[in-house]
Amino acid sequence: MRADGHYLGIDVGSVSTNLVLTDLDGNMVKKLYLRTSGQPIKSLMEGLKEIAGAHRSPLIAAAGATGSGRGLAGVIAGADVVKNEITAHAVAAQRIVPGVKTILEIGGQDSKIIILRNGVVYDFAMNTVCAAGTGSFLDRQAARLGVPIEEFGDLALRSGSPVRIAGRCAVFAESDMIHKQQSGHSNEDIVKGLCEALVRNYLSNLAKGKELSEPVVFQGGVAANKGIAAAFEKALGVRVIIPEDHAVMGAYGAALIARQARLADKTFLTKFTGFEALNRIYSTTSRECNGCTNLCEIVELLSDGVVEARWGDRCGKWSSSTVAKTSISDRQLYAMQK
Amino acid sequence: MKMTFPHLGNTYISIKPMLNELGIECVIPPFNNKRALELGTRHVPEMACLPLKINIGNYIQAYELGADTILMAGGCGPCRFGYYCEMHREILRDAGYNMEIITLEFANGNFNRLASVVHRLTGSTALLKVPSLVGQIAKTARRVDELEMLSFKIRARELEHGAVDRFYRDFREKALKVTSFKEISNLLDETGELMRSIKQDQKSAPLRVGIVGEIYTGIDQFASFNIQEKLGTLGVEVDRKVTVSNWIIEHIVKKSLHLHRDMAYAEAAKPWLGAMIGGHAQETIGNTVLYASNNYDGVIQIFPFSCMPEIVAESILPDIERELGIPVLTLIIDEMTGEAGYLTRVEAFIDMLESRRKNQKYEGGWSLSWN
Repeated sequence: MRADGHYLGIDVGSVSTNLVLTDLDGNMVKKLYLRTSGQPIKSLMEGLKEIAGAHRSPLIAAAGATGSGRGLAGVIAGADVVKNEITAHAVAAQRIVPGVKTILEIGGQDSKIIILRNGVVYDFAMNTVCAAGTGSFLDRQAARLGVPIEEFGDLALRSGSPVRIAGRCAVFAESDMIHKQQSGHSNEDIVKGLCEALVRNYLSNLAKGKELSEPVVFQGGVAANKGIAAAFEKALGVRVIIPEDHAVMGAYGAALIARQARLADKTFLTKFTGFEALNRIYSTTSRECNGCTNLCEIVELLSDGVVEARWGDRCGKWSSSTVAKTSISDRQLYAMQK
Repeated sequence: MKMTFPHLGNTYISIKPMLNELGIECVIPPFNNKRALELGTRHVPEMACLPLKINIGNYIQAYELGADTILMAGGCGPCRFGYYCEMHREILRDAGYNMEIITLEFANGNFNRLASVVHRLTGSTALLKVPSLVGQIAKTARRVDELEMLSFKIRARELEHGAVDRFYRDFREKALKVTSFKEISNLLDETGELMRSIKQDQKSAPLRVGIVGEIYTGIDQFASFNIQEKLGTLGVEVDRKVTVSNWIIEHIVKKSLHLHRDMAYAEAAKPWLGAMIGGHAQETIGNTVLYASNNYDGVIQIFPFSCMPEIVAESILPDIERELGIPVLTLIIDEMTGEAGYLTRVEAFIDMLESRRKNQKYEGGWSLSWN
């Protein structure tokens, strides 16, 4: 391995696609935050292109993928580790804030709470029923009020007397906001009221019965929103730490997990082919399998028209039919040539 | 008459030979699937629970295959299940499916009603067969459950990925065509042997997770998004105390004959839930306590959205979690549940159990499992 090797972490989420490049010691050297805009493959390609361009195709020692699009990203980039977001966020937060005991994470479409004790994840919860309070809902409300999302938090901080918004459900919250607007409340007060309602909703949904000890870290895209952060501090009565790189913590965690996998295995060969993938055209198709009564939806990932991977089946008939034959052997060959 | 019955995991394997031996023609609905759920969701009130929706889907799919009569178990436990038969009857009638529903009820040991049903269906001669048939059903169900438990153990240790799934799937397919208890017994022997021949990693000490919760979503592969298979594939050994055979033997046979029942779970649940409050809530609490005292790594509770007994149990579980130190993950399922989010939680839970186990090795020290 060359001394200037890097670890790459990829987090393909519902709202943003993030990439993080670290040095061999796991320090972050580059981060990218891109909007997914419903096109995960396109945004992933853009991210990889930017990293390849800025660093003249750095040598990747190992790559990790996380986020709701982790499966897809894992196949396209050839990730060595594909991990869920909860583990990835916990790993990253522990690196930035050693001894962290509570992680509040709000992303584009889900929110999580992670409780750590003695340096390991002890308990966690993820929103189940409602997306109120997540990034995409805030995005939508900001657009509706005509406020750029970046200024949303500052607007909330200017409020003197927040109004009380029904935050239990995204739909009801929106109609309650409209009602409050119609009765003449200012945007500042409504936005602050919304922030407080969402924090209330978050805490009663996820933190119920859990002991939230300090240090408390708040991360995920929504941590950029000062209004929400202030509402958390008010509700919990503790200082909430927001890491500088809060928006890309998932990707950072994925890079750190990939690093750990490499360090644990002396014979490790990376499967990473992300920069090669830039020269291919990827597309996906889906169809229903009629092999049995399960009627699984099979998704096929094609690179230059050739099926590279399939998933979505319960029985393994399709998902095992391609991976072994084409991609893995290809990749191992590629890794050996290196 | 062509008789059908709703799916509940592997129940069909015991029911079909029984109907065959009584000389009743039977139609097994297609295994639980998306279309069954869609059909059920279309006709069933939204707030009804998932099992009811899948049941109706089963009936309609069986109707399409020519079934005209339904055999359904009744019950008098304080849960909505006791009223299912009536619901089924009304919903099917409203939806325009002309099917007769026959309810098997054993309330208060009342076998007379059961006998009159059998008499009506088969004529008097078959009546004498009933005690031996009940025995054979119980025995077959127990053996089917034992095979499933064996699959849980081996799947977590198999060296060839997917080997258990392959044999187990074959078994379920072949069991559809079996006509007698004798045949099913042979098939069970055969499959058991095949599974034991799978090469296993003898050294591995897999994580152990207990499944608790409502019976239908616990047992049925489709209703639980194949959680047991998925955990097994992740290298986790699964256990579940609530099974079909347990239900038949403990709740139906022993209860109605006033025989001594295995109440270990009720004893264990006592400090937290001292009474039977319906459904399987007391089992959920009791079995969680038992898993904790048997040093299991974690417990997963599964129940259908709006299941009242399990909601009560869910609110008690955090206390047990804290006092006995066993992590519990609760999964609630209905037709709106997205599989991806569900899987993320299960994966993260398993990661958590792994790191907790590693940490325990250092006797609660401050060793970081990362970095």
